[in-house]
Amino acid sequence: MSTIVKGRRIGLNGDRAVAYAVKQADVDVISAYPITPQTIIVEALAEYVNNGELNAAFIPVESEHTALSAAVGASLAGARVFTATASQGLALMYEILWIAAGLRTTIVMALGNRAFSPNINIHCSHDDAYAARDTGWIQFFAENVQEAYDLTLQAFRISEDKRVLFPSIVNLDGFILTHSLEGLYVLDDKDVKDFLPPKDPVNPIDPESPKTYGPLDLYDWYIEHKRQQAEHFNNTLPIIEEVFNEYYELAGRKYTPVKTYGMEDAEVAIVVLGSSAGSVRYVAKRLRRRGRKVGVVSLTLFRPLPVEEIIEVLSSVKVVAVMDRSYSFGSPGAPLFLDINAALSNAKERPLLFNVIYGLGGRDLTPDHILAIYDRAEDIARSGEVKERQIWVGVRG
Amino acid sequence: MSIRWKSWKELPLGMVIPEPATSLEFKTGSWRALKPVLDENKCIRCLLCWVHCPEPAIERLEGDRVRIDYNYCKGCGICANVCPVHAIEMVMEGGEE
Repeated sequence: MSTIVKGRRIGLNGDRAVAYAVKQADVDVISAYPITPQTIIVEALAEYVNNGELNAAFIPVESEHTALSAAVGASLAGARVFTATASQGLALMYEILWIAAGLRTTIVMALGNRAFSPNINIHCSHDDAYAARDTGWIQFFAENVQEAYDLTLQAFRISEDKRVLFPSIVNLDGFILTHSLEGLYVLDDKDVKDFLPPKDPVNPIDPESPKTYGPLDLYDWYIEHKRQQAEHFNNTLPIIEEVFNEYYELAGRKYTPVKTYGMEDAEVAIVVLGSSAGSVRYVAKRLRRRGRKVGVVSLTLFRPLPVEEIIEVLSSVKVVAVMDRSYSFGSPGAPLFLDINAALSNAKERPLLFNVIYGLGGRDLTPDHILAIYDRAEDIARSGEVKERQIWVGVRG
Repeated sequence: MSIRWKSWKELPLGMVIPEPATSLEFKTGSWRALKPVLDENKCIRCLLCWVHCPEPAIERLEGDRVRIDYNYCKGCGICANVCPVHAIEMVMEGGEE
């Protein structure tokens, strides 16, 4: 970590930090519908537009389906576009998520991660992020408010890079980050402008040169289109890392697709997404002081999944606990567990793995829960046997 | 559409079709099971078939005569249905006319 930090320190909650980044990114169009816990983002942006701080078209739509549809049109027309949603709103956007990615828009969306109904819950699960996992959006997970701000700025730059041209989601845990006031460093507007020049659109909608977007595409060419999209999407990883490095030079904060703690000598590890990473690291630090070889792996980048990095940090570990803040009914594991298993499937060495379901609907993850997960992982390392592939923590009964 | 590219590597980004009016190259006539056959002697040149054809696969000729464009006619039968003098008959494609 560099100690050279640019900008000034202010206090904002996660939602306002994202809105501040979007304002500095000087977006052209905001098309969004308010939904807890991201409402503050949209409200703050409406204020910026209303008071003249941000010169953008704010489209107050009647649903999330339209929010994203309008965003797709604006992005293809050449605009820098932002939207935000959560939970049921993401679900209502679902069909357009695929279209936004396949048509190679560069929309940036903040997702205030919130549990899917039923029952109605406004707190954090990763259901919405996982629902978007196969749609072709780049996905980042913020661990704190600073990361929500930094990743929003970097997301625009990454999405609009001509070697990328895919939309991005910045995930921030509902309430835990969206509504928590934290101190963060924000860049000067001028530095953001240098990092993020006006969008230079590729092949935008142009009445002088008509094109057809999203036409009927049957067995003769559909599969070639998907093959191309897959290749281009998978090729984005080095460009994402390149932008992370440029941002480091600008801001002094270094982002990596995979964040590790204690993995140089860890025998057991926890893999986790989002704000829980800090809690897990806190427990791991205490255990390591007592000589226990435990580590933490958290993913800043969830899509594309940084497979090689995952193999590198996890293949020589004895036991890995993969934590999912969601559930996949009828599957042998929740999405992150499946991903980590698949990433390691052909590694020469591979650890034993188990899946931990935690925190659904905002249930707290306490240090005691994390301690119990590490205890279990160490028991498995000793016995060499995983008795339960999936466990739940923090549940009554 | 006609083959312009050899590989997925060459396709235009974003799955777009980069030029207009390429649907003309998409000959939907092969979808047809029933084929409309026009009897010019019965036709009263009212143009109802021309108005109703959804494709449109009925061409309007000089003197309001009509001609069916079998390259695009999908055989829906609307023209035969709206014809007030039964000048269009739907016959099985591949059968005897």
